[in-house]
Amino acid sequence: MQMPDPREDILAKKDRIVARLREVLPSDAVIDDGIELKAYECDALSAYRCPPLCAVLPASTEEVSAVMKVCHDEGVPVVPRGAGTSLAGGALPTADSVILGVARLTEVLEVDYANRFIRVEAGRTNLAVTGAVEADGFFYAPDPSSQLACAIAGNIAMNSGGAHCLKYGVTTNNLLGVRMVMADGEVVEIGGAHLDAGGLDLLGLVCGSEGQLGIVTEATLRILAKPEGARPVLIGFDSNVVAGACVSDIIKTGIVPVAIEFMDRPCIEATEAFVHAGYPDCEALLIIEVEGSEAEIEDQLGRIVAIAERHNPVQIRESGSAEESARIWLGRKSAFGAMGQINDYMCLDGTIPVGELPHVLQRIAELSEHYGLRVGNVFHAGDGNMHPLILYNANEPGQLEKCEAMGADILKLCVEVGGCLTGEHGVGVEKRELMGTQYSDVDLDVQMAVKDVFDPDWILNPAKVFPLGVSAARRG
Amino acid sequence: MKRIESEAELADVIAGANGALRVKGGGTRDVGAPVVGEVLEVGIAGVTLYEPGSLTLVVGAGTPVAEIDALLAADGQRLAFEPMDHRVLLGTTGAPTIGGAVAANVSGPRRIQAGAARDFTLGARFVDGAGRVVKNGGRGMKNVTGYDLVKLMAGSWGTLGVLTELSLKVQAMPEVQATLVADGLNPKDAVAKLSAALGSPFDVTGAAHLVGGRTQVRLEGLSGAVSYRAKALQDGALAGFELVEGAASAAHWAEVRDAAPLAATTGAIWKVSVKPGDAPGILDALGSRVAGAILDWGGGLMWLALPEEGDCGAGAIRTELARTGGHATLVRAGAETRAAVRVFQPEPTPIAALNRQLKAKFDPRGLLNPGLMGV
Repeated sequence: MQMPDPREDILAKKDRIVARLREVLPSDAVIDDGIELKAYECDALSAYRCPPLCAVLPASTEEVSAVMKVCHDEGVPVVPRGAGTSLAGGALPTADSVILGVARLTEVLEVDYANRFIRVEAGRTNLAVTGAVEADGFFYAPDPSSQLACAIAGNIAMNSGGAHCLKYGVTTNNLLGVRMVMADGEVVEIGGAHLDAGGLDLLGLVCGSEGQLGIVTEATLRILAKPEGARPVLIGFDSNVVAGACVSDIIKTGIVPVAIEFMDRPCIEATEAFVHAGYPDCEALLIIEVEGSEAEIEDQLGRIVAIAERHNPVQIRESGSAEESARIWLGRKSAFGAMGQINDYMCLDGTIPVGELPHVLQRIAELSEHYGLRVGNVFHAGDGNMHPLILYNANEPGQLEKCEAMGADILKLCVEVGGCLTGEHGVGVEKRELMGTQYSDVDLDVQMAVKDVFDPDWILNPAKVFPLGVSAARRG
Repeated sequence: MKRIESEAELADVIAGANGALRVKGGGTRDVGAPVVGEVLEVGIAGVTLYEPGSLTLVVGAGTPVAEIDALLAADGQRLAFEPMDHRVLLGTTGAPTIGGAVAANVSGPRRIQAGAARDFTLGARFVDGAGRVVKNGGRGMKNVTGYDLVKLMAGSWGTLGVLTELSLKVQAMPEVQATLVADGLNPKDAVAKLSAALGSPFDVTGAAHLVGGRTQVRLEGLSGAVSYRAKALQDGALAGFELVEGAASAAHWAEVRDAAPLAATTGAIWKVSVKPGDAPGILDALGSRVAGAILDWGGGLMWLALPEEGDCGAGAIRTELARTGGHATLVRAGAETRAAVRVFQPEPTPIAALNRQLKAKFDPRGLLNPGLMGV
């Protein structure tokens, strides 16, 4: 993976840039000490690291604006950073860039239950948004698995989803408005507490733009009343194909589970060894969760079980209590950790049409054999978002490269069958060079033209999303 | 100009055009500042792919909504965002197309719970103003591969590009629907009731008030669940509301979806999006100028009938919106009026500048529906 060479002229004026940033921020909000900067060298794609020129931690929209004015004036690239949980390298700096972290922007600004929204500063964590309203029976629906740590700013940048978006949608479906600082420091409001745009839908454009169009400092989010209850059922199958067919049949009947999660044998075995969740010994299992009143849950689970029984399940385990629900979810929620016990892993994020699941799993198994690397598959089956985990040994020379090559093959396969490169993690640096497999030069040019409008000098997170060769002329 | 039925032909025509083009699909949504230019009639129709088991539909943008409704209904599915039929309000003729519904981001009562046209449009192909064929998005609900131009296209009224193909997420039809109805509430009390219902855990899929008439709340789902929720609401927030089921329930919502009660009024019709709690105050401020009103989306969508005189109330409405936030679109008025009154909400200076520059990137020669949105 390549990053552009840092610009010598920017490195040469580091002292002046840091001094100017100190003029507009409190002294503890500008970090240029080598040791302290270690924390900003990488995000959760930790295979790649680079210390930035410096990092800033503004505590208000006005301070973000002041930082952007300085950086715009000096022509310094700015890499926005939420909580640094990106698996795609979205917050990976270059040596000539300023990391702009929103970690100090955490306040709840307004809660309005009658109109069902919350307005927060964008550095607040996803779970803390729900935390602010759950005592009153409300929640914020998108639930990326990093929700304890990840910031709303990053959720907006990557249009984060989660396990429950089958029913509730992803970030873009739950975001009502933003306050955003433009590349030149101008502050704009897009959207609000009302629904939909009165003109062009710039909010839809900003969501998922990976910090390349502006720095979101505040967000207005839709909140929902918590359902009365929720319970999962676990169903084991002796083949991936059958599990896939079962998912399709359930969706066709019109039942809308809040989540349908899929795990394959390698994942089941790894999690069993790790947390002993009591999963059946089988090729594939589904965890299907439904919500509602007690009677409604019974009704839905009954219908799901009836469908599953037509597919010769190895085991059906319906949760009857909160404790049983927790045990069913335990393995799924520990899946990544369990795979991490075995080895280093790379987590992919391609999506596929649900019907292609058996074919794709078969091809992944073949690729696994070809590359000699083990793969476990965790899959948000309701929405087609796959998370193959490729195991490799980071300490063995050449393994990372091999793992990346295999990952690229899997993602190309996703696109080939009608899916996409990334469902919820973002392109970042990780999938940047693969964009050409999904999009033509014209498709990419039109997207880059949007960045030209918002950030004519390409100072916001410039080395991300678009293949370096394709964006070179614009990055200058 | 003849009707265009293929994407390649459309690209050629736009690339070779040397004057303004009025983009026309079904021709039923005559909204916006009048466009002076040659009519570009596009009818790229047909179903490319329909997979009920993955809730996926890929169709030509010129496919009539009625055809899609029939296709989906045969498999027990539907478009979740229930786009309004503008013919009722505007008196237009022709067949509404899915491309028009998406280009105008037209969503009905279920928008409040399920989402808008923009939320259910997952992928798009379009021809931009330079005649370039562009694709964006895909078939899945989760997709963050590059910028989301699909959202930008939804609601851009053909000013940035002409949609040729759309990939949509569809929804299973519920087993039953039912509506809780009450009469005689004033707007303030009605919005409070709607708000309480929407803030309940009972998954309300419609919440509307016809000013001077019914207040109605919709429930959809498995039959047991709908009965249970209806009873829970009647025992709580919606005490005194009566249950209407089946076809009668559906008819109540078709009426709200199409703003049908205002169709018989003469004069201007505004569509105003605000946060629900602001609607009663705006009605108060406009006072007797309002000849008829419907509040949908729990109050968040206001349909307002005002006399078509002067600015049709634009100044008064937008003065209120400057205080509350939100936006107003003049959906129905004569062409002369629409040429004189700003049809779409004027944007603050920096946003207007972004819109202008986006228009210049997507349509450098300014050919596509110039001036329609006031950009």
